[in-house]
Formats: sequence, C-alpha cells, structure tokens
Amino acid sequence: MHLAYPAVLSVLLFCTGLYGVLARRNAILVLMSVELMLNAVNLNLVAFDVWLSKAAEETLHSGQALTLFTIAIAAAEIGIGLAIVLAVHRNRGTSDIDKLRDTAEGPDGEDPGTGASATGPAAEKAEATA
Amino acid sequence: MTTTTLAVLVPVLPFLGAAAGLLLGRSAPGFARPLAVLPTLAALVLAVPVAARQGGGRAVDAVTELTPTGSVPVELALHIDGFAALVAVLVGCVATCVQIYSTGYLRDDPRYPSYAALVSLFTSAMFLVVYSGDLMVLLVGWEIMGICSYFLVGHYWETSEARAASLKAFLVTKLGDVPFLIGLLALATEAGSFRITKILGAVASGSLEHPTLIALLLLAGVAGKSAQFPLHTWLPDAMAGPTPVSALIHAATMVAAGVYFIARLLPFFQASRAAMVVLAVMAAVTMLGSALAALAQDDIKRVLAYSTIGQLGYMTGALATGDRGAAVFHLLTHGAFKALLFLAAGVIIHAAGTNSLAAMSRMRGLRDRVPDAYWTMTVALLALAAIPPFSGFFSKESVLVVAEHVATGHTGNAPGAAGWTVLLAGLVTALLTAAYATRLWLLAFRGRGAEAPDHGRQPVVMNAVLWLLAVPSLALGGLAFRLLPDWFDGHDLTPTLTTSVLGTGVALVGGIVTYGAWRHTTARAARLPLGAVAAHPEGDAALVEAEAIASHTPAYGDIAHAPDPSDPGRLLLGPLHRHAAVGFHLDAVYTTLFVRPVRAGASLVRFLDREVVDTYVRGAGTLPRVLGTAVRRAQTGNVQTYVSALLAGTVVLAVAAVLVATGA
Amino acid sequence: MTSAATLGHLAADSTTAAAESQGFLSPTGVEVAFLLVGLVTFGAAVVTVTTRQLVHAALWLVVALGGLAVEYLLLTAEFIAWVQVLIYVGAVVVLILFGLMLTRAPIGRSPDADSGNRWAALTVAVAAAAALVWVVVDAFRTTWIDLDGPAAGSTAVTGASLFQNWVLPFEALSVLLLAALVGAIVLSRRAKANHVTEAGRPTGPNGSGKDGVR
Repeated sequence: MHLAYPAVLSVLLFCTGLYGVLARRNAILVLMSVELMLNAVNLNLVAFDVWLSKAAEETLHSGQALTLFTIAIAAAEIGIGLAIVLAVHRNRGTSDIDKLRDTAEGPDGEDPGTGASATGPAAEKAEATA
Repeated sequence: MTTTTLAVLVPVLPFLGAAAGLLLGRSAPGFARPLAVLPTLAALVLAVPVAARQGGGRAVDAVTELTPTGSVPVELALHIDGFAALVAVLVGCVATCVQIYSTGYLRDDPRYPSYAALVSLFTSAMFLVVYSGDLMVLLVGWEIMGICSYFLVGHYWETSEARAASLKAFLVTKLGDVPFLIGLLALATEAGSFRITKILGAVASGSLEHPTLIALLLLAGVAGKSAQFPLHTWLPDAMAGPTPVSALIHAATMVAAGVYFIARLLPFFQASRAAMVVLAVMAAVTMLGSALAALAQDDIKRVLAYSTIGQLGYMTGALATGDRGAAVFHLLTHGAFKALLFLAAGVIIHAAGTNSLAAMSRMRGLRDRVPDAYWTMTVALLALAAIPPFSGFFSKESVLVVAEHVATGHTGNAPGAAGWTVLLAGLVTALLTAAYATRLWLLAFRGRGAEAPDHGRQPVVMNAVLWLLAVPSLALGGLAFRLLPDWFDGHDLTPTLTTSVLGTGVALVGGIVTYGAWRHTTARAARLPLGAVAAHPEGDAALVEAEAIASHTPAYGDIAHAPDPSDPGRLLLGPLHRHAAVGFHLDAVYTTLFVRPVRAGASLVRFLDREVVDTYVRGAGTLPRVLGTAVRRAQTGNVQTYVSALLAGTVVLAVAAVLVATGA
Repeated sequence: MTSAATLGHLAADSTTAAAESQGFLSPTGVEVAFLLVGLVTFGAAVVTVTTRQLVHAALWLVVALGGLAVEYLLLTAEFIAWVQVLIYVGAVVVLILFGLMLTRAPIGRSPDADSGNRWAALTVAVAAAAALVWVVVDAFRTTWIDLDGPAAGSTAVTGASLFQNWVLPFEALSVLLLAALVGAIVLSRRAKANHVTEAGRPTGPNGSGKDGVR
C-alpha cells in the first residue's frame, strides 16, 4: 500500500482537529477535537510502524507501543479534562472557552496610566484577601 | 632605637591613638582622655630625641618603596633636616598642650571622643607633612589636615555659623589645593621624582624647564593652606570652631604648613624670580590688610585670626627674601605665643561669657577673675607686638634684618624690590600689630562698668597649659637666636641695631597711640550699654563659646564687628574702619565673582534638566506607550485567539524551514 | 500487491526501483478499501467539528474513531484496532457524552457552537493542511508499505514487543493512569465537599469565618 494514503489521511484528520480546537466554543467539543488530533497521530504511528517493520525489519514495534501509550494517555487526559470542565462549569455556569477571559487586559480605549493605577490597588486587595 | 625608627614612630603613634579613639570612643568613653593625651605626649617625647640626634647636622634620609606606582615612583621617605626636627617638636608641644587643655575645655562635651581622635589624627598628619621626604606622601598628610580642619571647625554643627564656616574653609582651601596638586605633578614630572632631595638636586643642576609656572601653581596651594591673600577669607570664619582647635590648627600648625612647604623647597622657588616677587607682594598685601582688619574686629578670636594671617605674612615675606631660617624661626615663636593667645582667649571667653570685645570693655575686674590668663596673655601680646625681650621680638627682627639686607643689596638671594616691599610692609605692620595688641589688651582687661560675672575657677589643666606655653613665649627668642643658625642654613639671626630701633620704635608708637585713643574714647563706653553674654554661664567652656558665637550676630548685627563708638580702633581707622571690619569686602567680591555665577549656572542646569532634557525623555516614552497600547489590545484573554496566532506562526516557520531545507 | 523481489529492493536500496513495478495510479484492493474508509472517516471528522448539535458531534466522533479502527485493521494492526474500539468508542465517547450532559449542553441545534474565531481557525487549518500534505506527499511519493507475510500488528507480536522491550514505560504508564484517576477524583470531590459543607452548615456563628479561612 502506498504510504502516502495513511499519511495524507492523518494530515487531514489532524487539521480537522486543529480547526475544531480553534473554532469550537464549547470546551467539551474542543476536547473531542483534541481526540481527533491524537488519533491522527496514532494513525501515523501505526502506518510507519508497519512500514518499517517490513522495510527495515525493525522488531521493536516502537510505533505500536507508542500508540498504545498514546491511547492510555488520551484516556487519562479526557478524564482530567472533563473533570476540569465540570469544575469550571460548576463555578462559572458556563463551559464556553471564549467567555473565560480572566487574563484579558482592561477595557479598550482606557488610558494606560489610569488603567495601571486602577488595576494596581485591585490586584493588591485581591492578594491581601487571598 | 635608630633615629629613623624614632622618627617613624612620631607620626604613627598619634595615628594609632586616633584610630583607637574613634573605635572605642562610644563603647569605652573612659579611655577617651588617656587615648587623646598619651599618644601625642609620646610623640612629643620621641620628637625631642629625634631633634637632638639630628642636631643640625646632615639631614636624616631614609626611604622605602612599598610598591611600584607607575612612571614617577611614590616612596615612603623621611627627610629630616634641622627645620623638620624643630618644627616637629613645636607641633608635638602645641598638640600636647591643646590635648591637655581640651580635657578641661570640652569637659562635658558628648562628642569629646571623636573630637580628640580628630585632633590626634590631625597631629599625626602634621607630623607626616613635617617629616616626609616625598611630596606625594606630604600631600596625603596635607589633605588629611584639611579634612580634619573641616570636621573640627564644624564641631558645633548645631549652629549655622559653624556649618557655613566649615564648608567655606574646605572649599577655599580646596580651591588652592587643585593647582597645588597640578603643580606637584608637574614638578615631579620635570624632576623625575617626588623626593625632595632629588628635586632640589634637579634645581641645583638647572634641569627644570618651567620653574615659574610650577612655583605659581604651588603658591596657590600655599596661599590656601596658609591663609594668604587672596585665599585667606576662610581663616577668620574658621574661628567658629572650638578655641583649642583654633589654637592648634588655625594658628600654630596647619596654617604654618604652607610656609613650611615653601621653606623645604625654597631653592626651587628661588629659581624663579617672578615667583619670589609674587610671594613678596602677596606677603605685603596680606600683612597690611590683615593688620588693618584685626584692628576693626570685635570678636576676640577673629582679632587673633587676622593676627595669625599677618604673622604668616611675615613668614612668607621672609621666604620671599630668600631666608628660610628667619621664616621658620618666626614660625616657631609664633606657634608658641599664638597658641597661648588662643588658649588664653578661650579662658577669657569662658569667664566673660562672651566673645565680644565691646561687651568685655563694659566689664570691670575681668582680669581678677582670670589672673592666669591675664598674665600669660599679657606676655603673649607683648611677644606678638615684638617688644624686647619677648620671643616675638627676635624672630620678627630676624625677618626685618633679612629684608633689609636684601633691600640694600647685601645678599643676592632675592630681588631688591622684594626686599623693599617686605621691609616697608613689615614696619607698617609692626606698628599696626602693636596697635591691635594694645587694643585687645585694653578692651579685655581694662573694662569699666558692671562687675564681671563670677563663673568660678577655671579648670587647673587649662591654666597650667597657659603657664607652660608662656615660657617659650617669653624666652624662646632670646635663648634660641644664637643656637638656631646651627640647625638652619647658618644665616645669622641676631638683631641689628637699625631694625631693632626702628621695629621697637614703631611698635611703641602704635601702642602709645592706641592707648591715647582708648583714653579718649573710653569715657563714652559707660554711656552706651552694649553686650550680650551666654545663657548658660555654668556650662563648660565649649558650650559657653558656642553660645557666644551663635549670639554675636543677633546681638550686634554681624559676626565680625559691633557698632561700638567707644572702640579705639574706630577712632584710629576713621573712615577705613567700615571696610576693615568686613575684611575689605573680599567676601562680597567673591560672592559676586564666584558664588552668584555658580548659583546662576546651577539654576540654568536645573532649568535645562527639567524643561529640555526631560522633554526628550518624555517624548521618547510616548512611542513605546502607543505601541504598548496597541499590543494591549491583542491581549483579549481568549485562549483560542492566542493558540490560532501561535499555530499560524508555527506553520509559517515550518514552511520557511522546509523551503530553506529544499533550497527553493 | 508486492512481490518478494520488491521487498528485497525496498530493504536493500532506495525505492526508485520499486516505483517502476508499482503503478502510481493503479491502486490495489486494499488501497481502494483504505481510501473509501478514509473518506468516510474524514467526512465524519469534518461533521464532528462543524455540526451545531453537540450530541451529534459526539456520535459522529464515534463514526470517525470507528473508521480509524478499520484503517488499523487494513494496516494489519489488529490489536491496536480492538484497543481503539474498546477504549475510544467504548470509554472515551461515553465519558464525553456524560460530560455533555453534566454541563447541560443543549439538545438540538445551538446557534453559537462556533466562536468568532472560526475564519482565523479555518485559515490556519487549511494552511497547515496544505503545507503538511505537500510535504508528506513530496516525501513519501515513492514509498510503499509491504502488507504481505505475517501481520505486523498481531496480538502476539504486539504483546511480545510490549512486555519485552517496553515493560518499564508500560509500568510507568500505570502510575500515570493512577495519578490521573486520583486527580480526576480530587478535582470532582473538592467542589462537592465544598458544596456539602456549605449546605450542611448554612448558618453558624463562625461559619463565615471558617469559609474565609478556607
């Protein structure tokens, strides 16, 4: 079988997952897109492992072993990720990624000087209460 | 011990005393007095055998080089000739007296330990200057003396007078020290060494190229340190320091260092006739101006300060006529009697509770309160006025004799013009000196009016020191003028008939005229009450003095003189009194010439800094601020935007890498 | 589809000689099957990331992952294929569905499933795909996989490799899974404990103080 077929399929799946990660609003959909990307990588690993095991008589089967590891890690990742999303959803009432903007700068068009002076004491107060 | 070892110990002992005093002063105040007196006394005890062993014979030279220091080597060198040996004895003697006196004078002063340590450090530096055979090492001692003088003048730093005076003393002497340093470096470069012996050897072989320029540069430093015109203005103001400091630093030793320096290098200065003439003119102007100013001062210590300037003028005058023997002879006797005058003045200020002669002239019986100070001060004033047989007579005569010799062409040491200048100025100054000495004595001890306040007996140590110093003031000149030529260059120091008669005659005229004027004016004194005394007469002498200095300006409107119509000096000087009282407006001239331009320059710099430089700084900040605002807008907090940008960049980089790798 | 001679060529030298015996546009049966399943998989993936119905997205993900399992089978990696089915389709997707329900994802079409970033995302994704496809095709234009002979990914082969060469990473992975398990429990439990404490002691003299301390 031509090696380009699984490789190109893998690329397309990866970029589809990429699009999902960048474009989806719901955090769980983002996680699903991440799964797609991981699977694309898995396909690559398997394809190249099969190729090398015959072409270079490689008996270590590192590609398949890594695939199994990736699957296990993906399972762990989805578990942790979902736990985080649930915690965020419980605390914030939403799991939309573009609404979680705590790291944003202040409102646009504000004067830098007053912005700094306004955020400075607020940050200090937050530290003090924490 | 060898003479060299003894001589090395002389500066080292007071230095160790100063270090120990500074270290232990706060933790163990009980040691402060022994640590102040004993090292200085030990240095004196060691300086005497050094002088005895040197004995006026060959100069003791010892040298060691610690480390190579570039092209012209700096060496730790001793060069002890007769001058150095005797001046060191004088320094040790006065310093010991002052340290003993200070234990009584600053009895209750909380800053006594640091004061005594600084005096010890000063003494050590002066010994270094006296003994050093290397000009760079001499400069070290020279500058340490300057900084000690700064600290000690500002001892009463709570008063604004003392702060201003210490700053002025420091700045004015530094103004002279800068050309002095340049001159030293130029001299060493031309002579190839900082060693005095080598420099004098180079002078003898005539290998110096610019003797006049270097001599004038060095004269600037000497004028600053020895308070010669035009850099003398710091010395009267320096009287804001404690009296013992005035006695040691600003009368007997430090101000004599400039004279001593010229004396050491006199053959070099003689190589330039222009420098000798400048020196003579400087001496003459200094003598006359300071004597006139002294006649108009009200503060007893300022009278003595101007007197010091004038006597230093005699010494530089003697140097200008090419005879260092006479100059150092006068240095020695002057050191003794001027230290005595200051220390006695300290006692009088304590007893009277004021430093104002106008106030003292309205006190009856002050001499009965301080009999020791009265008698010793009389001796010292007679010495100052050069009345035979007191010591000042012989030394001043020796100066006049050499001036007369030069003027009449008996010796070719110096230009004849210099001789005439010094001789005439010296005679006129002798008249004025006798006048202000008489005025001081009459106003202080022959006052009429209310009974002088009784502040109890003066401390014994203070009175004992006065009698100790009275002995050389009385007898040093008469005993020594036959012996000293062995130690010095060998010139005869014996008075001649002509100058003796002339000098003593003008002195007597000055004294008698002043007495007449005083008799004429003193009747008015009772009619015009005047004077202010210290608020804490029971305090120690230093406290009384500090208060007296601080209250002079509020009481009389000026720190230097008082509007006292009964002052004989006012009658004698006539219209000149007004100008003499303020030192002939030299301070005002300096204010116009230097202080105001500097202040204007400072405000200009301030304006340029605030308005011009800062504008550029602010302008430079604007662009980053605008850019920062633009970048801030990118910080939306949306993680997906960030990741999009990150991945887009990654793609671009990857494509670029592939293109580069494939060579496309 | 390949002969023993081709294998020798492949192993010995570069693939230029093999390219002559393999027609580029003469696909074999396995290739055709791979292509078709791949199309289905890709389509399902595209629908997964574009559909507006969240639950449908999860279900389309099942299709995509299942398609991938078939691809693994076609590549003779049978053990991986079954693991894929078991873990992804069986466990992960179920977990995702639970997550969707617990976060009260709307059933039916939600108009705001895509964020405003979608055009930038599309640009980046297409550019990345173009670059990667170009590079991959350019690199592996003349490379063939030899699928004849014993299967490269049979359970026996995979197991032997895993427990001979990969034992230590395998055990380390078990620790990672344990840590993930504990982490997930802690993340969930802490919020719940908070909730319980606040519910159990709604009012108290020092309740607010303890909350403040905590």
